[in-house]
Amino acid sequence: MEAFTTHTGRAVPLRRSDVDTDQIIPSDWLKRIERTGFGAGLFSAWRADEAFVLNNPVYSGATILLAGPDFGTGSSREHAVWALQDYGFRAVISARFADIFRGNALGNGLLPVQLPAPTVEALQTAVEGDPNVEITVDLVAREVRGAGVTASFELDDFTRWRLMEGLDDVGLTLRHAERIAVFEGTRPAWSPTAS
Amino acid sequence: MGRTLAEKVWDAHVVRRAEGEPDLLYIDLHLVHEVTSPQAFEALRLAGRPVRRPDLTLATEDHNVPTSDTLLPIADPVSAAQVEALRKNCAEFDIRLFPMNDPGQGIVHVVGPQLGLSQPGMTIVCGDSHTSTHGAFGALAFGIGTSQVEHVLATQTLPQRRPKTMAVTVEGDLPPGVTAKDLILAIIARIGTGGGAGHVIEYRGAAVRGLSMEGRMTVCNMSIEAGARAGMVAPDETTFAYLAGRERVATGAAWDEAVAYWRTLASDPDAEFDREVVIDAASLTPYVTWGTNPGQAAPLGSRVPSPQDYDSPAVSASVERALSYMGLTAGTPLSEVAVDTVFIGSCTNGRLSDLRAAAEVLRGRRVAQGVRVLVVPGSMRVKAEAEAEGLDEVFEEAGAQWRSAGCSMCLGMNPDTLRPGERSASTSNRNFEGRQGPGGRTHLVSPAVAAATAVTGRLTAPADL
Repeated sequence: MEAFTTHTGRAVPLRRSDVDTDQIIPSDWLKRIERTGFGAGLFSAWRADEAFVLNNPVYSGATILLAGPDFGTGSSREHAVWALQDYGFRAVISARFADIFRGNALGNGLLPVQLPAPTVEALQTAVEGDPNVEITVDLVAREVRGAGVTASFELDDFTRWRLMEGLDDVGLTLRHAERIAVFEGTRPAWSPTAS
Repeated sequence: MGRTLAEKVWDAHVVRRAEGEPDLLYIDLHLVHEVTSPQAFEALRLAGRPVRRPDLTLATEDHNVPTSDTLLPIADPVSAAQVEALRKNCAEFDIRLFPMNDPGQGIVHVVGPQLGLSQPGMTIVCGDSHTSTHGAFGALAFGIGTSQVEHVLATQTLPQRRPKTMAVTVEGDLPPGVTAKDLILAIIARIGTGGGAGHVIEYRGAAVRGLSMEGRMTVCNMSIEAGARAGMVAPDETTFAYLAGRERVATGAAWDEAVAYWRTLASDPDAEFDREVVIDAASLTPYVTWGTNPGQAAPLGSRVPSPQDYDSPAVSASVERALSYMGLTAGTPLSEVAVDTVFIGSCTNGRLSDLRAAAEVLRGRRVAQGVRVLVVPGSMRVKAEAEAEGLDEVFEEAGAQWRSAGCSMCLGMNPDTLRPGERSASTSNRNFEGRQGPGGRTHLVSPAVAAATAVTGRLTAPADL
């Protein structure tokens, strides 16, 4: 996983609430067995509409998505995160994220930044006024700066450290393999097995 | 202070707890399907890691599989390659797999319970958000992403932050004609698609106690549509009666020991929930969705809402957009909305009791002219049981198509899809834009309402036939 410390880039406003992962990456794309190449499918149904914000050339090259509340609801598909990253996004800012999407994003180094709805709206308005304005997402200081806004966000120390080091969870957990084996010895004998 | 059901199950699975870090939870059962697993197996191969507990892992083919002509090769080469990848991965890592046409095959959330693998007090995960279904047994069951699938395959554990708890208490009894599906649609309409975010919901109260296991699965299944991490029902006699004698359930003294433990799992009387919601069952009627998320639902007897009904400009805008996508006019009675297609199936409503409820309505009646009706059992076992009761004949005589098991039109990854502009009444769980096919329009309903709608060609409650 690519480490995340601080990122500065231009942003694109997506003024829609309840953006579900079926919209982020439609199910037809889920048949692929690779982990890359999903950027072409990002919001593909909506991108068929010329007026959709990602089709506006003034936002091309933006790396921060300013989304409406309840972003990433629905399906657990991690492909949604892979699509956002493959398209070029490094961070998504929203008033609230769906739990599974948030976990998937943190697992891949796509930073989900939760800010109060009025702050997200202020950023959206600023970017709509000047698409070239740059926004900094600073994980070290846990702060978003730019477009006249300075706002701190919450993220627990452990997750922040893991993202800043670019560590994946499997490697961290395998350090506790002995504890897992001890726990396994305490499971009830009647616990079911699949095979 | 007492503990809730969710807290008891959580505490019993903590392998490691350290200040400031997520708890490391042991996973009792990992369910796998073809869509969200190939990249996880590939990562294991690249790292040279084995699957820690193949015996606690079970795979089935469900999302991609066709539900007709199932003895032919899968026509879509991309779907075929994904199914083939699952077969190779399961063979390589020694994981039990139910392939297409196997009598054990079916939707992952139907297969686990029917084997008796989903049991009270367990932790169950799957790379699928509707894993919340298994919470009906008093298990802590939740959907995960592909990186977490890899993590569970490699370690049989998951690092997780402790969720908050929420009680949804449904007091009184459901009126006749009101089902588990209507109940959960009403709950989501009440608390919203983000209302359960960060929480595990425990469904309680007389109406929940009165549900069958299959009804409880329908309710827990859609917990994710309220944004909840998981949904649970405390195990009781109904749970034990369902489990007794199933293939993967203990017998004899071990059964007695298991049941004694399961009885301790109910939330303590003095346990405190972070949030509590009370619903009056007697006030409920059949519910349908009118919009493009599961929270946009209303009683079938009401009208399509207007964007002007809402105070918040953001909500108004979202309603306006939903009505535009759905091709609906504010103020139209929902019972006048005509459909092209009826889909009866999915992990929400593809079990035997769901098919019985639909067949009951269709028996001796005919599907309306021009309406396509697909009945897709949740598993091959459900299919065989339904056929043993003659339900297939009831459906076919009414003019419906009787199919083989799979996810089918719930998400349209197989050939069963809506065409652009087509409208369905569907017993599935999501009415998102394009969910059942690009440009398709979905109304979520119960199996009984789906069947009645098939008869009239417009959204209809059985009582109005």
